[in-house]
Amino acid sequence: MTKIGLEIHCQLTKLESKLFCSCKANYREFQPNTNICPVCMGIPGSLPLLNKSAVEKATLIAMALDCNTPSKIAFFRKNYFYPDLPKNFQITQLNAYGNTSIGWEGKILVGDAKIRIRRIQLEEDPGRIIYEGATEKTKLTLVDYNRAGTPLVEIVTEPDFENPHQVREFLIILSDLLENLNVSDPGLEGAMRADANVSIEGGSKVEIKNIGSFHDLEKAVHFEITRQQSLAEREIEIVQETRHWDDGRKITVSARTKEEEAEYRYHLEADIPWIRINDDTKNQLQVHMPESISSKKERYVSKYGITPQVAGILSSDRYFSELFENAKNETNAKDVANMITTDIMGLLDTREKRDSSKLNAEHLSALIESIKSSKITRTSAKLALDEIIKNGKPLQQIIDSLDLGHVSDEGELTNVITQILKEEAKAVEDAKQNPEIVNFLVGKVMQKTQGKADPELTLTLLKKSLGIG
Amino acid sequence: MDLGISALNYVSGIKNNEFTVEEFISKSLERINEVDKNLHAFLRINDSAIKNAKEIDAKIKSNQNVGKCYGMPISIKDNICIEGSKTTCASKVLENFIAPHTSTVVSRLHSEDSIIIGKTNMDEFAMGLSTEFSAYGPSKNPWNTDCVPGGSSGGSGVSVAANECIASLGSDTGGSIRNPASFCSVVGLKPTYGLVSRYGLVSYANSIEQIGPMTKTVEDSAFLLNIISGIDSNDNTTIENKNQDYLSNIDAGISGKKIGIVTEMTNSDGLSADVLDATNDATKTFEKLGANCEQVSLQTVPYTVAAYYTITSTEAGSNLARYDNVRYGYEMDSSGFEFNSYISQARSKFGPEVIRRMILGGFVPSAGHAGKYFLKALKVKSKLITEIKHVFEKFDFLISPTVPIQPFKFDEKINDPVSFMMVDINTVTANLTGIPAISVPYKITNGLPIGIQIMANHLEENSLLQAAYALEKTVDLPEVSI
Repeated sequence: MTKIGLEIHCQLTKLESKLFCSCKANYREFQPNTNICPVCMGIPGSLPLLNKSAVEKATLIAMALDCNTPSKIAFFRKNYFYPDLPKNFQITQLNAYGNTSIGWEGKILVGDAKIRIRRIQLEEDPGRIIYEGATEKTKLTLVDYNRAGTPLVEIVTEPDFENPHQVREFLIILSDLLENLNVSDPGLEGAMRADANVSIEGGSKVEIKNIGSFHDLEKAVHFEITRQQSLAEREIEIVQETRHWDDGRKITVSARTKEEEAEYRYHLEADIPWIRINDDTKNQLQVHMPESISSKKERYVSKYGITPQVAGILSSDRYFSELFENAKNETNAKDVANMITTDIMGLLDTREKRDSSKLNAEHLSALIESIKSSKITRTSAKLALDEIIKNGKPLQQIIDSLDLGHVSDEGELTNVITQILKEEAKAVEDAKQNPEIVNFLVGKVMQKTQGKADPELTLTLLKKSLGIG
Repeated sequence: MDLGISALNYVSGIKNNEFTVEEFISKSLERINEVDKNLHAFLRINDSAIKNAKEIDAKIKSNQNVGKCYGMPISIKDNICIEGSKTTCASKVLENFIAPHTSTVVSRLHSEDSIIIGKTNMDEFAMGLSTEFSAYGPSKNPWNTDCVPGGSSGGSGVSVAANECIASLGSDTGGSIRNPASFCSVVGLKPTYGLVSRYGLVSYANSIEQIGPMTKTVEDSAFLLNIISGIDSNDNTTIENKNQDYLSNIDAGISGKKIGIVTEMTNSDGLSADVLDATNDATKTFEKLGANCEQVSLQTVPYTVAAYYTITSTEAGSNLARYDNVRYGYEMDSSGFEFNSYISQARSKFGPEVIRRMILGGFVPSAGHAGKYFLKALKVKSKLITEIKHVFEKFDFLISPTVPIQPFKFDEKINDPVSFMMVDINTVTANLTGIPAISVPYKITNGLPIGIQIMANHLEENSLLQAAYALEKTVDLPEVSI
C-alpha cells in the first residue's frame, strides 16, 4: 500500500512581529537585509524574546486540529551550519523528551479518511538564499535575512495519505482552516511550504524536499509514486533517501548529501524559559476561536436557507464569509450570499483584486436593499458593483453619478406606482373623491425614486392607474 | 589619595570633597599605565574616561542629581557588550567585533554615573581558569607575577586587586568570578541564575552563567548588586528582585545560623593542605560568630565536574556556532572558498581550549552518544538540584574552599586538561543548581591568597552577603605590594 506523509510549514503571517524580536513578520515589502536586528541576526550578546501571540496563534491551530496541547511548552535548539541561519542553529521544538511542543496527536478529516497529525511545533523561519544563475554554475550565493525569525508552524502528519488526490484535498482543507483561524494568509508567496515522504508496498521511505507550491506537491508525489512503482516492477531496490523536486524538469532528483544522517545535537534553549499555558488561557482561546468552516456552512443552510452548495463556497473562504456576515440581516441573507457567489467572487478572483477592492459590507447591504426596493435593476446593480470596487463611494453617489437611478422607463415607473398604490390604500380611496390627493401620491413616487422619476409621466401613469382623468 | 579604597569609601570621599572624580580617574589611569604592562589586566582602556570624569564633576559642582557611583572607575570583562566599542571575548575570532548594543548591567552602571575604565582580559570566550587561554596573552597575579590570577575573569580580578579600579564585573559559568576572586584576594559574587540580566553578555553556557561583581569588600558587592540586579525586559530569564537593598542589613550577623561544610569539597584528591587548614580555620571563625557548623555530604559533587564540562561544551558548541566570520569577526579574504570550507578556515582562528570544547560539544550531545554523555550529565544536574534543595531545608549556608588549590605557576597545569578541569570542583555546583555563591578573601599563605566560598539557597543573596560580611570582618589581610 502506498503511504504518504507530509510536513507542512506555515508562516503565521497575521502576526505583527517575528518570533523572537520586534522586526516585522511581514518581511515581503523590505529591501534585502533591512528587516533585521541584533536578535534575528544572532549578534553576540543578543537574547531571543518570545512573541507570546505566536504561542497563542499556534495553540489555536493545535486546538482546531484536535491536538493534545501541553501545560508547558519548551523550545530546543537544532544545530547545523547553513548560510541562511544567522546563529547556525534554529530555535524549534521537540517531543523526544516529553510532549512540550505546541500540539500532538490531532486529526483532520478528508472526506471519509482520517489524516492523523503527529505533531505541531512552533519555530523560526531561516533567511532566504538566492543563487545567482543556475545552481550548478552559480558563483554567488546571496542571503537575505529579512525572513529569518519569522514565526513558522510545522505540522507533521502520519503517513495516512494513500494517493496524491487526498494530499491535494487535505491541503485545500488545511489552508482554508488556517485562513479561517486568522493566523495565516496561505495565499502569500512562501507562506505555506511542504515536504512529503512517500513509500510504496515493500519499499523504503523517500523524502521529497524543496517543493515550491502546493500545486507542485501533488505533482511531486505523483511523480515519486510512479518512479518507485517502475523501480519495483523492474525489481530494483528503492533506497531510503532524500530527493529534491526539480521545478524546471518536474521530476524528483536524488539529493547529493545524505540528509538522514544529519546530526542536530538537540538541546533545550535556555534563553527562553518554559511557557506555561494554563487551562484559563486555553479556555479563552477556545471561546474566541473563530467558528469552524463546517459549522459556518451548517448555520448558513439552516438559519438562512442558503443552498448547501453556496453555503459551502461561502464558508470556506474567510474574506467572503466575513463580507457575508457583515452585510447580511434577517431578510437579505440569501440575496447577499447569492450576490457574493455569483457576482463578487468573479470580480474579486485574485488576491490583488481583493486587496485593492473598496467594497465593504454597507455597500453590499445597500445594494441588495436597492434591488429589493426596485430602486435599481439587477443589471444596474452590477454596474454599481464595478464602480464601488473601484472607488468605494457610497452607493447613492454611484447611482447618481452613473444615473442608474433615473426612472423614466414606463415599465419601471409602473412597478413603483403599483407598489405605492398598494402601500397607500387609503390615499388611493381618497384620491377618487379628491383629485388633489394625486399630488400626494406623486410625492410618494418621487420619494421612492429619490426624485429620479419623471413627474409628468408619473402623474399620467398615476391617473391612468387610478382611473381618473 | 589612596587608590585602594572601597567603593563605599570612594563615594564618601567624593561627597566630602576629598578628591574630584577627575583626580581619581587620572590617578587610576596613571596606575594602569604603570602596572598593567606587567599585569595585563586590561585589553582596552576607555579613552573618554577623563572626559566622563569632567562631566560628572560638573554635575556634582552644579548640584545636579548624580548617580550612586559618583564616577567611580569600574572595569568590565571583555565578554560584556558596550555599544560602539570592541567586545573580543579575548578571541581572535572577534578581533574586530564592535557591539551594536549595550548590556543591561553596563546601562545600569552608566545611569548611576560610574565610569567604565576599560575592558578586562579573560580566557577566550570565558573557557578556562587561568587567563592562559586569552588570545592576547595572560594576566598575571599581582601577589606573585609568576602565578596565574585565576579565570576566566582573571583580568577583572587583577584590576581590582592591583587597585587599577574600584570594582569590576565578571561572568561566572563554573567559577569564573569566584576562582580569580580567590586567587587575587578580592570578593567575587555569583548571583542566583536570573537575578542579573545576561543581555549583552556573550553566551558561553547560557543555562548556567551569570554576571556578578568583583570588589574589594563584601559591602561593595552588595552595593553593585543593588544596581545591576532585577528583572529586565531584554532577558526573558530574569526574575523579580524582591530585595531592594542588600546593604541595609548587611551587618545582621550569623548568630544561630546553620552552616554545612561540604564533605566532598573538603576531601577531594587535589585539595592542598594549606587550603584545608584555612577552611578549618574559617569553620572555627564561623562558630565563634555564633553559627553552628557541621559536615554535610553532597554525594553528587564528585560527578559534577564531568557533568559541567559535558553540559557547557554542548551549549558552547551551539553558542559559538555563529562565529562563521560571515557577518562580523575579523578580516579574511573569502575568495576561493565555498561556504563550508570558508567557515572551517574562519573557525581555525579559535584557540586550543575553545577548539577542545567545540570538539567535545560536537560529540557528547550527538545522536549516537547523547545517552552516554549529555543526557547522563543532565541527570547528574537534576540529582544535584534535588540534593541541594534537600540540604537547604536544614542548612542556611554551605561552605568550602573556593578553589582546592592556591594560585599555580604559568604552564604548570595547562598540559593536563583533566586535572585542570578538576580545579573547578567546588565552584560548579552553584552554577549547575543556580544558587548564589560568594568567595571571600580569608588568608594569605606563602604569599598567595586563599578564599572561602559560601553558598546559599536561591535568591538568598541578602543572608549570603551577611554571612560573607561577618567572615570578612574577622580577617585583616595585607595589601598587595605592586
